Amino acid sequence: MRTASISLTTYNREVYEPSDDTFLLVDALLKASSQWPKRPYLCIEIGCGSGFASCALALILCQLGLPHHLIALDISKDAVTATRATLKAHGVISADVVQDRFQDFLSRTEQQYDIVVFNPPYVPTPDEELQRTDIARSWAGGWKGRIVIDQFLSYVPKILAQEGQLFLVVVSENDPPGILKALEELDSSLSGQVLMTRRADEELLSVLHIQRR
Amino acid sequence: MKLLTHNMLECRIKGIENRYPFVIEASQVDTVEQDFDPDFLRHMYPRLEWPALKAAADSLGVTGLPTSVSEDMLEDEEFLKVFHHALLEVVLIEGFLVCPESGRKFPVSKGIPNLLLNEDEV
Ligand SMILES: C[S@@+](CC[C@H](N)C(=O)[O-])C[C@H]1O[C@@H](n2cnc3c(N)ncnc32)[C@H](O)[C@@H]1O
Repeated sequence: MRTASISLTTYNREVYEPSDDTFLLVDALLKASSQWPKRPYLCIEIGCGSGFASCALALILCQLGLPHHLIALDISKDAVTATRATLKAHGVISADVVQDRFQDFLSRTEQQYDIVVFNPPYVPTPDEELQRTDIARSWAGGWKGRIVIDQFLSYVPKILAQEGQLFLVVVSENDPPGILKALEELDSSLSGQVLMTRRADEELLSVLHIQRR
Repeated sequence: MKLLTHNMLECRIKGIENRYPFVIEASQVDTVEQDFDPDFLRHMYPRLEWPALKAAADSLGVTGLPTSVSEDMLEDEEFLKVFHHALLEVVLIEGFLVCPESGRKFPVSKGIPNLLLNEDEV
């Protein structure tokens, strides 16, 4: 299966470089996709950065013959510009790029998505780091790395369609079992598991796979 | 940005009631050919605000969309082709999304809408 290629991906000093977490996310999408039923998919990637994962998702869906529309969302101007270039370089035409904070973007919708992907700012940092508006926004996660993640979790019950799936990147400091439990408590129709885990330098990365049944 | 994406956006500015849909002020619109897939259209139809799609298409001079849609039209290939074109093939490249109540304009540049608000707007 063809996914995204680094040589066709745009990033720079202001855009999160595709890294171990990005690659784990794509591997998790690949793994899960073998089970995706044949039907159309409305998808969103939150915090698309370079666009590498969005591209991979669109390419996977294309190769599986699954019709889809993907929104690639990021707060950063540099990121959305990079994502647009990355999508173009890969010939992906099923995605639109939007610049916004997910907290505002997701407030509108009764819109529900079939696939939601988020590799969030998960690194534990002092909470002040969250005020920064530079590249730190791509990793600074505040206390336990959970501040942005927890803001996001509150939207999940609302935005996940019936049979919808969420792929969320976390590190061990985020307390992955606690995240799964919090989601199940928010909405009892959600259930999740750790889909993949990988050690990368000091980080123990996981992709959580949450589904609505 | 396709009209499908437009259909999902609203103005998040504080203190207004009428935030949807954005009025489109276009200075560049392109057409991009997309694979025609009736199943995708039937999947998306219940998730759309039809009047918003119709108004957006009208404002860009994309004709042929009916004012309302009945179930059996979703089996009619001729209708689905018009629907497909408006939803997926018409792409806003440059222009503005204008809030229907406040008139706040959000720029669309190189196909990317920027919906970020200033601190005093949230
Ligand atoms: C860890 S990076 C992931 C980038 C890319 N998805 C990847 O996997 O390589 C997190 C991304 O989230 C974006 N981001 C941070 N806070 C956000 C917010 N409130 N709304 C939307 N995007 C946000 C950052 O700009 C950054 O691009």
